[in-house]
Amino acid sequence: MHIEVRGLNKKFGDFQAVTDVNFEIEKGQLIGLLGPSGGGKTSILRMLAGLETVDEGDIVFHGKRVNELPPQERGIGFVFQNYALFKHMTVEENIAFGLEVKKWTKPQIQERVAELVELTGLKGFEKRYPHQLSGGQRQRVAFARALAPEPQLLLLDEPFAAIDAKIRHELRSWLREMIDRLGITSIFVTHDQDEAIEVADQIMIINKGRLEQKGTPWEIYKNPQSPFVAGFIGESTIVEDVSSLRGFGGTGELSGTKALIRPEYVEIGKASDFELLSATEKGTVRHIHFRGSEWLVEVEIGATKLVTYRSLEKEILQPGNEVRVLIHRAYLFNDTDSWVMENRLKEDPMPVHI
Amino acid sequence: MRRLWIGLTVAVFSFLLIIPVIRIAMGAFDAGWSGFAQGLARPETLHALYMTGLIVVIVTVVNTLFGVMLSLYLVRASWLGKRLKQLLNSIVDLPFAVSPVIGGLMIVLLLGPETALGALFNKAGVDIVYALPGMIIATLFVTFPLIVREVMPVLQEIGSAQEEAAATLGASAWTTFWRVTWPSIRWCVVYGVVLTVARAMGEFGAVLVVSGNILFKTQTATTLVYQDVENFNLTAANSIALVLAAGSVTLLLLMEWAKSRREVH
Repeated sequence: MHIEVRGLNKKFGDFQAVTDVNFEIEKGQLIGLLGPSGGGKTSILRMLAGLETVDEGDIVFHGKRVNELPPQERGIGFVFQNYALFKHMTVEENIAFGLEVKKWTKPQIQERVAELVELTGLKGFEKRYPHQLSGGQRQRVAFARALAPEPQLLLLDEPFAAIDAKIRHELRSWLREMIDRLGITSIFVTHDQDEAIEVADQIMIINKGRLEQKGTPWEIYKNPQSPFVAGFIGESTIVEDVSSLRGFGGTGELSGTKALIRPEYVEIGKASDFELLSATEKGTVRHIHFRGSEWLVEVEIGATKLVTYRSLEKEILQPGNEVRVLIHRAYLFNDTDSWVMENRLKEDPMPVHI
Repeated sequence: MRRLWIGLTVAVFSFLLIIPVIRIAMGAFDAGWSGFAQGLARPETLHALYMTGLIVVIVTVVNTLFGVMLSLYLVRASWLGKRLKQLLNSIVDLPFAVSPVIGGLMIVLLLGPETALGALFNKAGVDIVYALPGMIIATLFVTFPLIVREVMPVLQEIGSAQEEAAATLGASAWTTFWRVTWPSIRWCVVYGVVLTVARAMGEFGAVLVVSGNILFKTQTATTLVYQDVENFNLTAANSIALVLAAGSVTLLLLMEWAKSRREVH
């Protein structure tokens, strides 16, 4: 289903939950609504479902305005945060509910339920009640129930929030695979950036009720359009005074400009590790932390503290070691503007061609 | 020391509950089985029991319907303001706080024959006070909180997510209520109904004030017991009291059963 949202606004009492949100979603895409808790993601999702009224703006499905349509007539499937399974019905009855309501015939319902039980790997659990299932199984039932009436749009509210970390990983890839196979337009809400980056075709970053940026995970990572997005996606350190960093001195004329530097922008090593030593700076290792598959190194350059990751294959550093630090790029921003800047000294000013 | 306390508890319990019931049973049969049967077979007894039964049935049906509806509105309706909900919520408890006699008096003052409203109804050929409608209204007033207070906390606890899920699956409000909400609250409703029946059967003060206790017209089982005691017709009074007590015990057993079911689901 093609979806368009124009000028969406929503207030709860005095609290402005959603402010002037506009976006468009192509058919068959999997969209992640990402942002901090209480930022308005769930409100947007509930308005799309018709569970919340729209104060201002239009929601358009397939070129038709659906603002006034009740949830029953929107042709959507909704997976709730705590699944909201009908607790007095078995797995089978839960999945069949939407079909019975739509007056499908008995054999049709049986066939569809069997199909979904197979698809979601719930075979053998058909006669169980929700309280007899594990978290992951409940999630699958909620998914099967939402999909049963063949909706054109699937909405998922924090679908993995209530599941423990290990199973969450499995379920994520399972969901991605399932949605690819069905080709159904889907939108899910999450506050976990890894989840959004791993699963979504496109991410919409929502903060304080505003849509900060929409794009593929790579685009958002590479070209954040606001300091909030830059800080929210990935890890980063904020440096107050950019001009103090080697290779970025030219920005000194822009007073009040701050820099956001990700660990992966920073490279450390011995002097012999770098081709262009002039672009690097002297630093001291302050702390090192083992992170399972790599080292997290805190390094200090003058008064500035940066963090970076270092491969386990390389020589192990100790706190107090003197190292050379190369900052490849920084994300700069001030009150009015923001841009990405490469280290100016990385390009050899006088290349020697042989 | 512990034995003393146990003994004391048993003593108080039997003094307050068991001995009176035994005394009533003995009183009912002090002239043998025939005395008991005679006391019950009197036409005024039969009429009074009929009146009580009629009031119980009507009050229970009306209260169940509107009690469940009011609970749904107070918990779920988004079109009711928060303040208004709080106000209505406290008004629901009013009958618990007000003495039934005063409740009855309010109805007499509002709808009695001397009032404008009462006169209006009288002209239309309907008597409210000193007639069945007034007695029903008085009993409704007294029993109103019972079902609401049972159902509301459960509705709050189960939340609206299941109902919203049903809506997104295409179910109408009616289907959602019967297939999703009702199974969760039905045993609480049953429990509330049992309480309502018990209270309606035993109601005395409000009904006495509103009914005027007119023989063969507005006399109920409880007001007849009162009149029989006044007239020193103790065997008959005890017989009727025993029937009412038997009804209460049956209800108590039903209540226990409903409670156990409520905990299962």
